[in-house]
Amino acid sequence: MRKLPWLGLLVVVVCLAAWEAAARSRPDLAVHFPPASAVLRALGGIVWSGDLLAHALASLRRFAEGYVLASVLAVGAGLVLGLSRRLHTLVEPLIELLRPMPSVAIIPVAILFLGIGDQMKIAVTVYACSWPILLNTIDGVRSVDRVLVATAATFRLSPWQRFWKVMLPAASPQIVTGLRVSLAIALVLVTTSEMVVSNDGLGYYVLDLQRSFQMAEMYAAVVALGLIGYGLNRLFVVLDGRVMGWYHGATRREEIP
Amino acid sequence: MLEVRGLRKEFQPLSGPPVAALGDVSFRVEAGQFVSVVGPSGCGKSTLLQCLAGLLRPTAGQVLFEGREVTGPPEGLILVFQEYNRSLMAWRTVLGNVRFALEGRGASRSAMDAEARRYLELVGLGGFERHRPWELSGGMQQRVAIARALARQPNVLLMDEPFGSLDALTRIELEDTLLGLWRTLRTTILFVTHDIEEAVYLSDRVHVLSRRPARVIEDVEVTLERPRHQLTTREDPRFIKHRHRIFELISREMT
Repeated sequence: MRKLPWLGLLVVVVCLAAWEAAARSRPDLAVHFPPASAVLRALGGIVWSGDLLAHALASLRRFAEGYVLASVLAVGAGLVLGLSRRLHTLVEPLIELLRPMPSVAIIPVAILFLGIGDQMKIAVTVYACSWPILLNTIDGVRSVDRVLVATAATFRLSPWQRFWKVMLPAASPQIVTGLRVSLAIALVLVTTSEMVVSNDGLGYYVLDLQRSFQMAEMYAAVVALGLIGYGLNRLFVVLDGRVMGWYHGATRREEIP
Repeated sequence: MLEVRGLRKEFQPLSGPPVAALGDVSFRVEAGQFVSVVGPSGCGKSTLLQCLAGLLRPTAGQVLFEGREVTGPPEGLILVFQEYNRSLMAWRTVLGNVRFALEGRGASRSAMDAEARRYLELVGLGGFERHRPWELSGGMQQRVAIARALARQPNVLLMDEPFGSLDALTRIELEDTLLGLWRTLRTTILFVTHDIEEAVYLSDRVHVLSRRPARVIEDVEVTLERPRHQLTTREDPRFIKHRHRIFELISREMT
């Protein structure tokens, strides 16, 4: 287990103290810029009332559905495109055209076709999350070491065995990289789509608190969003360490000490 | 056992005419022999082995393995690579890497593990089953790769400069391990190397290749007794004579 980054945590505490001091020095701005302590108190309040939990659960459900769906679809498509050079050449220009477009731009289009419900929010999350996973999976499969591929050949693996025993595990570190990038993107898309049209979820909640001038609570909800993002990432890192331990071990070996 | 007839292999560069790596290579490997192929660097030794292993399709000529033409990787023939660290599976344990050679043939997991363990003992890696390949030294990793190849019980083992990236002492150790395994398992070995002494020390015959496009310029029969010994064999006047002859042939090719 890694040591706690005490110095880094100290920087966080110093920033919080600076926020507190800055806000207290300008009581005239208190409505828009409450001190950290007030936000913390407000956070306690929205946790206690159950509002935060209800909205967080709505967001997390959309997040999970969109993220899992995107992972399955994009890893699947990426594996196929990574293995078939012909197919990849065919769709590469399409990917290159669609990928740079900011994903949130499809929210209005998605509303036209899917309405304002969960379907739309999950669809835009799937769309946005798919890109990093898809591209990393394609690249991961295509960059499997040729010696490893030749090893599979000399042991006469069938295409199916080669896929399961060699290509997939060898590409997995890069697939996991894609999955990690998309984790943050999923949260962005869920929050944004909830801000555009929704009557629950954290994105809606933050905007609703702002519109009803509950500024301390609004900041508290933003902080909660940050903490959720942090928590999801930590969870991912732990799972990554468990499943991909071999990869981290092997690459650590190659570093110059 | 293994016969190469008029093998030619050309590669098409991005621009310009095709480049021939192998010009016209012919030789035979008899069952149970230890045969080496040496040649100046870049003469197409690896290309030759890949054609023999069925990984590359020759432009002209044939490879016959047990009387049948090789068109893809044949059963009974395994290639061992120089790049052991890229050939082993980092996500598998040492035992799992050797078991890889035995999978998919209907044997039970415990039977495969017992068999894999036996081959690890043979290469001197008993007790390292649960390690990951990357936790081992280079020489030990190549031992794992050799155990994996032998576990498949190949009739012919092709080795592409297997000790090329090991230090001199580890190399000597592995040379003797390999000779021991060859004696006990009676496998036919075709060994590619750029090290003339290594070729003479290990082999019954040494085929000397020309610079590219490669062809066999001489077939040297090594008449030294077995078992060979790192000091006495290498000090034997016949060893020195073979080394001298092959060295001359290759340096003539390099000028």
